[in-house]
Amino acid sequence: MSKVHIELTVNGKAHESLVEPRTLLIHYLREDLGLTGAHIGCETGHCGACTVDIDGMSVKSCTMFAAQADGAEILTIEGVAAPDGTLHALQESFREMHGLQCGYCTPGMIVRAHRLLQENPRPTEAEIRAGISGNLCRCTGYQNIVKAIQHAAATLAGEPFQEAAE
Amino acid sequence: MNDMTPTREEREAKLQGMGCKRKRVEDVRFTQGRGQYVDDLKLPGMLFGDFVRSTYAHARIKKIDASAALALPGVKAVLTAADLKPLNLHYMPTLAGDVQAVLADEKVLFQGQEVAFVIAEDRYIAADAIELVEVEYEELAPLVDPFQAMAEDAPLLREDIKDKTEGAHGPRKHHNHIFEWTIGDRTGTDAAFDKADVTIKEMLSYHRTHPSPLETCQCVASMDKIRGELTLWGTFQAPHVIRTVASMLAGIPEHKVHVIAPDIGGGFGNKVGAYPGYICAVVASIVLGVPVKWVEDRMENLSATSFARDYHMTTELAATKDGTITGMRVHVLADHGAFDACADPSKWPAGFMNICTGSYDIPVAHLAVDGVYTNKAPGGVAYRCSFRVTEAVYAIERAIEILAQKLGMDSAELRMKNFIEAEQFPYNSALGWEYDSGDYHTAMRKALDAVGYDALRAEQREKRAAFERGETREIMGIGLSFFTEIVGAGPTRNCDILGIGMFDSAEIRIHPTGGVIARMGTKSQGQGHETTYAQIIATELGIPADDIMIEEGNTDTAPYGLGTYGSRSTPVAGAATAVAARKIKAKAQMIAAHMLEVHHDDVEWDIDGFRVKGLPESRKSMKEIVWAAYNQPPPNMEPGLEAVSYYDPPNMTYPFGAYVCVMDIDVDTGVYKVRRFYALDDCGTRINPMIIEGQVHGGLTEAFAVAMGQEIRYDEQGNVMGASFMDFFLPTAVETPVWETDHTVTPSPHHPIGAKGVGESPHVGGVPCFSNAVNDAFAFLGSTHIQMPHDHWRIWKAARALGA
Repeated sequence: MSKVHIELTVNGKAHESLVEPRTLLIHYLREDLGLTGAHIGCETGHCGACTVDIDGMSVKSCTMFAAQADGAEILTIEGVAAPDGTLHALQESFREMHGLQCGYCTPGMIVRAHRLLQENPRPTEAEIRAGISGNLCRCTGYQNIVKAIQHAAATLAGEPFQEAAE
Repeated sequence: MNDMTPTREEREAKLQGMGCKRKRVEDVRFTQGRGQYVDDLKLPGMLFGDFVRSTYAHARIKKIDASAALALPGVKAVLTAADLKPLNLHYMPTLAGDVQAVLADEKVLFQGQEVAFVIAEDRYIAADAIELVEVEYEELAPLVDPFQAMAEDAPLLREDIKDKTEGAHGPRKHHNHIFEWTIGDRTGTDAAFDKADVTIKEMLSYHRTHPSPLETCQCVASMDKIRGELTLWGTFQAPHVIRTVASMLAGIPEHKVHVIAPDIGGGFGNKVGAYPGYICAVVASIVLGVPVKWVEDRMENLSATSFARDYHMTTELAATKDGTITGMRVHVLADHGAFDACADPSKWPAGFMNICTGSYDIPVAHLAVDGVYTNKAPGGVAYRCSFRVTEAVYAIERAIEILAQKLGMDSAELRMKNFIEAEQFPYNSALGWEYDSGDYHTAMRKALDAVGYDALRAEQREKRAAFERGETREIMGIGLSFFTEIVGAGPTRNCDILGIGMFDSAEIRIHPTGGVIARMGTKSQGQGHETTYAQIIATELGIPADDIMIEEGNTDTAPYGLGTYGSRSTPVAGAATAVAARKIKAKAQMIAAHMLEVHHDDVEWDIDGFRVKGLPESRKSMKEIVWAAYNQPPPNMEPGLEAVSYYDPPNMTYPFGAYVCVMDIDVDTGVYKVRRFYALDDCGTRINPMIIEGQVHGGLTEAFAVAMGQEIRYDEQGNVMGASFMDFFLPTAVETPVWETDHTVTPSPHHPIGAKGVGESPHVGGVPCFSNAVNDAFAFLGSTHIQMPHDHWRIWKAARALGA
């Protein structure tokens, strides 16, 4: 099968690759670039385990071909921490608030929350719940994920964390 | 002492032992995308396997033509039953004593059944190739309804065992019958019903659903032909058992089979058993001499690997007119699909369904379960519950409500009247269990007070009156459930899997400078074992939890254990951990006494070391003792400090809880709103309250899903309806209610640290609580029972049928 030439930036690093036109972005990231943080949970665009950030938008990378990402700037979970390894407030807050269990949805959930907090730096509980409704979690029941995102929002705003009235 | 000396509280806090909300060790890697799951594994030369699956529920295979697939560049092989037959691998044993086709042999028995296994260079080529395998079928009449399975003219499904009149659990009554399992006093129960003032009888169906962890089932098999060794990485909740099974099936000595379960993306019972994908990947790797990966997609997961439930329970209670329950009678029709692939302990074909007398002092009971074959996917596994406990609790907790309705009595009052009293423990139930401990009245009262139960009932009365006056179209339901679980399987005298007793294990090794590695026979799938087992050891041995590394899943290094399911990790491996730690502590005591030059009876434990009785300044810390174990052990004592425990539990544990759900329902649309959900759990000693709360949140969310819509449905032709997340209900953050958690603590008297297990309680107690809320809402219109799942459409239909 003839291949397509793509150039893109992933987590600040430039990549140039030849990919089959039908290669899904999630498979390109996981298998060609070895970035296995984003996961595959459903292959129908429902679960959000494969969520990455593309040019400022949350995208389910199983719903897009790698060829369509030519010229894109992509952030995956591996690029969320600072280059010196300092964790992002969301990564700290997910641990602090017990916002994860098996860890399978976590990379997609954190990457989605990362974009959500740029769209809306101080979301309400309802806004968080709506904002992560494209990401399924089978373990936590979401309550502590919501708390973790609120906690991270407070940290990023330099304000004390106050648990929202449920 | 000077001001720098840490206080007792500071020393205890530094350990991060039992009872503290220790942050999870696992999260450091998971939040950075550095978990290591099966599909992350990439080996040189690795091939990819994919299944050709049956499009029919019931059909004869006339011909399989793989030539076009084999001609596709990149395709390495196509396996069919004909290839597996000479190896005697076309069928595999199930944990339930049945056999299951690995690749369909002459006939297909359910839609989605594995027919051929294509091995190709990558998953795209494999996906292309399965489309090129031509299978010619002759369609046969499908059997979908379990109630028709034993009809005289029901089609014969299992031709492979058609002459077998004796099954794994006794005689078979019909060619589609699997087993009949009965327990209890039939005559006594019948007599109780004859004498009863009041009886109720209702067929309570617990629909077919699926555990559906976010990561599907998958594996990588790698056969090293030079060494004669097989390595199998996989999503295994019970890796050691998989090793034994792989060794027996492949004929490779067990020590040359290396089974490794890396990080697992949720299990919920889906990853206990062995599936055709594992066998085919192993065979392919043996045949081709290179690693082979198999990863099922979501549709395959939902439609082919083990379902849960599908229990149809005719449930009867007998009582006096003042509400004392005098007997219980249950008959279950159990739909197992095409093969009995239950993952129950061998001697329990219906799991622990005989916990169905629940939390009540019922003097006499009888239970009969008939298992049948249908043209559906095989199973059924214990979806976030100990074997069939969810079904049992659903039966009794719905039946209690129906009885209360008939008696005209408040169902909370009926429960309180019939609860086993705290003084009756250990309590022997009519169906053969010895409940270890409980205080049901206290838990129930606490729950009712917390939600303001009387005020809720008053509000409900007002709303009903307003509804009847035509002032509102909204009705209100108050769902109660009080559950007793039976978990921690189990004593080897009555619990085994494939003949291996259901003990579990821990091995603890302390290194000279005080670092600890502990390995277990269990396997976390998100429960946080790396965090909580370390807390047990920290408290037992006075070593900070941060200095303790927990390892699971590598069957070469971990001691043999039966794995993680049925809430057994804390009750069994948690006990093994405490026992192994205590063996080490006993040796440490001898070393400390030697160092302090006193008799070992003259030293006592003090948080993180031993001190001389009456001379608290004269002490040795564990750090000093550990060094001495390697540096200057007492004469005649072996150096080193390690221990292993294989723990055979003397009994199961019996966690319990009281849940309340308040729900408002719009009768014109069927749309409901969960106004409030309160969950009180008693899991005995609490190791990490943060993790317990997380488990309860997750289990309640799964219970909400199951009760309110999650279902694997078949049409009349046996087509799976909706085996994708488009239709299969997994709640998002928007639909999921807010959870209130609470607890009481009644330790298990036989467990070394008194812990009972909690991971599955919220699912077991949650499902009847939601269902009771819906049923309670409609009860005043004359309804006794509305079947689950209670999705909007079905609620709307029920409302219409009741003339609401």
